[in-house]
Formats: sequence, structure tokens, C-alpha cells
Amino acid sequence: MHIVVVTKATPDTGAKITVENGVPTWKEAMVINPWDEYSVTEAVVLKEEHKAKVTIMAVGPAEHDDALKQGLAIGCDEAIRVWDEALVGHDSLQYARALAAAIKKLGDVTLVIFGKEFADSGSNQHIYQTARLLGFQVLGSVSKLISLDFGAGTIKVERSVEQGKQTVSSKLPAVLGVLKDITEPRYPSFIGIRKAAKAQIPVWGLSDLGIEAGTPKATILSYSEPPKREGEVEFIEGESPREIAEKLAEKLLEEKVL
Amino acid sequence: MKIFVWTEHFDNKLAQASKEAIGAAKSLGDQVTALVFGQNVDAIVQEAFHFGADAVIKADDATLADFRAEPYIALVAQIARDHQPDAILAGATTRGREVLGGVSADLDAALLDDVLSLSIEDGKLTATRAMYAGKVLTKEQLSGEGVQLATLRSRAFKALDADTSRSGEVISVEPVLSEDEIATKSEGFEGTVGEISLTEAAIIVSGGRGVGGPEGFEPIRELAKVLGGAVGASRATVDAGWIPYEHQVGQTGKVVSPDLYIAAGISGAIQHQAGMRNSKVIVAINKDAEAPIFKLARYGVVGDLFEIVPALTEVFKEKLGK
Ligand SMILES: Cc1cc2nc3c(=O)[nH]c(=O)nc-3n(C[C@H](O)[C@H](O)[C@H](O)COP(=O)(O)OP(=O)(O)OC[C@H]3O[C@@H](n4cnc5c(N)ncnc54)[C@H](O)[C@@H]3O)c2cc1C
Ligand SMILES: Nc1ncnc2c1ncn2[C@@H]1O[C@H](COP(=O)(O)O)[C@@H](O)[C@H]1O
Repeated sequence: MHIVVVTKATPDTGAKITVENGVPTWKEAMVINPWDEYSVTEAVVLKEEHKAKVTIMAVGPAEHDDALKQGLAIGCDEAIRVWDEALVGHDSLQYARALAAAIKKLGDVTLVIFGKEFADSGSNQHIYQTARLLGFQVLGSVSKLISLDFGAGTIKVERSVEQGKQTVSSKLPAVLGVLKDITEPRYPSFIGIRKAAKAQIPVWGLSDLGIEAGTPKATILSYSEPPKREGEVEFIEGESPREIAEKLAEKLLEEKVL
Repeated sequence: MKIFVWTEHFDNKLAQASKEAIGAAKSLGDQVTALVFGQNVDAIVQEAFHFGADAVIKADDATLADFRAEPYIALVAQIARDHQPDAILAGATTRGREVLGGVSADLDAALLDDVLSLSIEDGKLTATRAMYAGKVLTKEQLSGEGVQLATLRSRAFKALDADTSRSGEVISVEPVLSEDEIATKSEGFEGTVGEISLTEAAIIVSGGRGVGGPEGFEPIRELAKVLGGAVGASRATVDAGWIPYEHQVGQTGKVVSPDLYIAAGISGAIQHQAGMRNSKVIVAINKDAEAPIFKLARYGVVGDLFEIVPALTEVFKEKLGK
């Protein structure tokens, strides 16, 4: 019973990010991708319930080590970082390919857990791409794990979709993308942090995985800051709530948003 | 450009996100084919025509009755191999992102996920996307080789007006996988019929910690009902257990872009802004004149939400004749 949970670091969600000389820039620290607080905790919860082993993985440069160490501090057994200079500038499909190759290399993995999306890119393609490349089932938007039986090789989850909740059962191996309501996040203990700080995280390159970087098929041409909204507020005042409400309603009817 | 649109439906109606994706495809391509999967989907096929599809590829089969990633992904990939479209689009809904994400791996085709705008430059799909929770925008481009994929942010693209005189050719295809070959089973669906989904809503009324408790959402719900809108919430209220997570707007909730977003008792933390800053008109109701939400708002009321929100409900009831 071997579970892989994948994670990445991202600028603190409170960070002020600007575009300087054409690239996104911030001063604040990197933190574990906020969606992964749930996925990593869920992996550790399952480890305890099923006596499984959990390996936490990231594909990317050394800036992701702290997220991996946070995972170790919460209770993941091992961390592996996959990185190769040949991956610089590559699109998500190449990252997914590297991740899939690394999971295959572990050999005995039957459950892979992702957070809902990556806060940086705001996309969640890796989940589905990695699953297809591995030939695993993919269950995205999982809000609840109803049952998991490694012995029988089955899993049953509840998925939250736009118009409701779908219950789906599947055979393992499977890849899950989990939402916030899957679990209450755990935070590292002092002892956990001390232990994780000493960990040496192995880095697997493309040659270790026996693959080569393909040609990127998606490129970011430029970055920009969204138009500012600041300074446009008009305060509505009046003698009574009723008067304020009437004035505001007039304005909204003029805006033609009703 | 030959463009395919993977469509979805619920309660025997074409999803709004799919209507918008067909509308976007029409503005980019000269030949738009909608892919309609399910069981007994003839009404959906007609709707796809009404909203602008020139042709429909239909797969009507029991194995496709409920959405399941595996048979859906396999079938879209097979259709793409057989019919060689230049691009495939879908709404950036939960299912749309799953299907095209999977297809991207199957076809070794790049995907622009959750795009805000889309154009074609030299045959290459080119998009604006949001990064870092909307703090940065990117211009991204695909190489133009093979089939190009994109999922479209809800409400960022316009659907055409329905025209019931439109119709076109229907091509029927068989599923790729038989029931025995599919490893997943859909065991049930608990729908929220009648409730407007946040990402599709044109109007959202949201409550924050200022509502004070679960019952504080009552006035918020009443205003939303009168306006025909959906109910949103800040994370503080979700974490407190006052309202289910499905209502959370923000960085770790839903990203919405309604025409009107009314924030009541919400301070406007940067993580909340991440989910709603693209709303067309923002109204903030807050006791504290210094609350950051006013920096984003078009209209602001400094006051007690328990006085202002019910007054608004009353006024709109009269004005909208409800
Ligand atoms: C990793 C991470 C992810 C996060 N993701 C999200 C997210 O997705 N969504 C989200 O919303 N937050 C998110 N947050 C939390 C965010 O930082 C804020 O804590 C949260 O948005 C605050 O919610 P609030 O505005 O309801 O509460 P508060 O900040 O406490 O604000 C309450 C406001 O109500 C006003 N008020 C009180 N009583 C009244 C009254 N009677 N009438 C009028 N006004 C009143 C107060 O003046 C105050 O401004 C995230 C935080 C982190 C660290
Ligand atoms: N390079 C990567 N290495 C490890 N995990 C990743 C990587 N990219 C994305 N993820 C994780 O995959 C999930 C979805 O990411 P994405 O597909 O990038 O939006 C999130 O939980 C991310 O933290």
C-alpha cells in the first residue's frame, strides 16, 4: 500500500504580486500550495488508517523543497523531487510526463492524491494528464472519501460538481483530486519540523526516469497586471436604511445589471 | 478553423457553459461541431443547434448516461483522431476540465485551461489566463501543431441567442469502451435542482463574518432570491460551519464573475478578492469604512448589514414587482 501525494510551493496567498521587467515578482515567502494542505493531510490520514506508505513528490526546482519538508513534518514517509534543467520552460504535459514516470519508477503505487489546483497557474490539468499517462482511473473534485479498500482494490468517493454531488466507485489504481472539505488540515508539530529539516531530498532527473523532454506545445508570451479597480467607489448615504436602499437600487438599475 | 465543442447537460438542458463555448467557437471558427454524449440526448442535440452548432456528433448510449471521466475522455480522443478538428473547446467546468485534461494526455496535445479570452493568431490558439489567483494575467499560446485544446471560464464568453430555426447534420458514433471495460461506476447523484450555481450566476449576494451566525444568512438569502441570484460566502463563515463549502468564494473556493456581486459583512481579504474581483459591479456593505472591500467596490454603504440588506430586499421587491 503505497500512496503518492504531489505538491508544490507557491507565493504566500497574501503576497502582493507585481510584474517587474516582464516577470511576476513578490517579496513574501513561498508556502505549500494552499489546496495541498488538504491533500497532504488526507494522505497522512489514510496512511494511519491503512498502514500505508506515503511518498510526497514535487516536480520543479529547489524552491519546492520546503513544501516537501512540510509534508514530511506532517507525516509523509519519504520525499522525492523530480527536476531537470531540460524541463525549464516546459508546459504542463511535460511535467505530468515526468511525474507519471517517477510514480511508475516507485513501482507499487495504487493511489495518487492531488490538491484541487495549483494556485500559481490556476489550472488543474496535471491531475488528469498524470492519470491518463499512468493508465490510472481519475476522480477529480472529490469532496468526501466514502470507502477505500486496498485489499479489494476499490475506492468510493463523493464528487462535488456544479449541479450537485455524484457518488462514484472505482477500481484502483486511481488518481484523486481533492477539495477543501475532504479533511481538516494538519499543521507540522515542532518535532516534525525538526525531523524534516534534516531530511535529504533525493532529486530524480529525466535520465533517472528514462525519458526525454519533448518539445513544449504551450508558451507564455507575456505577463501583465490586471486593470486596477481602486478608487472608483461611490458611497451611498442617506437618513435611513430605506433611503440608502432606494438610492442604491436606482444606481444598480442604471447600471443594467439586474 | 474546424472547431469541436464538448458539451455537457444537466436535467435535460444544455449547460450554460456549453452554450458559451459554442458561442466562442462560432466567433473563432467557420465550422463548429458540438459533441453531445449521454442517453436519450435528442433534446440536447437540438439545443446545441439552436445555440449555434453547425453539426453535432452524438453518442447516445447507456454507458454514457452518467458522466464518467474514463469513457468520456476515451471517446473525445477517438473522435478527434477520426475527424481531425483543429481545436476542441469546452466550458472550464469540473467536467470540462477533466475531459479535456485527459484528452490532452491521450493526444499529446497542449491545453489552455480556464481561459478568459481566446483568439487565433497564425493558426495558433492564443489566450488570456489568470495566474496567482488573478493577481497576474498571462498571454499564452499553443504551438499550432495537432489538435489544440482550451477550456473557457464561465461567463467570460457570450452565448448566442437561441434560434430554434437553426439545425444541421447529426453524426452518430459508438462509445469506445463497453461497460465491462469501464472501471468506474456512478452510484448516485444528488442534484441541486433549482439552485443557481455560483459560477454561472449573473447576480451573487455574499455574506461574511459580519452576518454573525448561520441564521445571519437569512437576509442574504432573501435578497438573493428577490434578485434571482446565488448565495456566496467568505471562508470565515464556511470554516465556522455557518454555510456549506459549496458557497465559498475566493482563492480556496470558487472564482466567480457575475454582473453584480453584493458583499455584506465581508472585509475583502486578498484571498476573497481572488474569487470575485472580476465581477462587473461590486457593492460593499460594511460597518467599517476602512474595510479593504471598499477599494474594490463600485458602490459602498457604510452601515449595518442587518438594516441595509432587508431594506434593499424590500425596495427591490417593489421595483422588480415581486
Ligand atoms: C491560504 C488561504 C486561503 C484562503 N482562501 C479564502 C477564500 O477562498 N475565500 C475567503 O473568503 N477567504 C479566504 N481566506 C481567508 C481570508 O484571509 C479572510 O480571513 C476571510 O476572507 C475573512 O472573511 P470575512 O471577510 O467574512 O471576515 P472578517 O475579515 O472578519 O470580516 C468581517 C467584516 O464584517 C464587517 N461587519 C461585522 N458586522 C457587520 C454588520 N453587522 N454589518 C456590516 N458589516 C459588518 C466587519 O467590519 C468586517 O469588515 C484564505 C486565507 C488563507 C490563508
Ligand atoms: N510540478 C509539480 N509537482 C508536483 N505537484 C504539482 C506540480 N504541478 C502541480 N502540482 C500539484 O498538482 C495539483 C494541480 O496542479 P496543476 O495541474 O498545476 O494546477 C496541485 O495539488 C499542485 O500542487
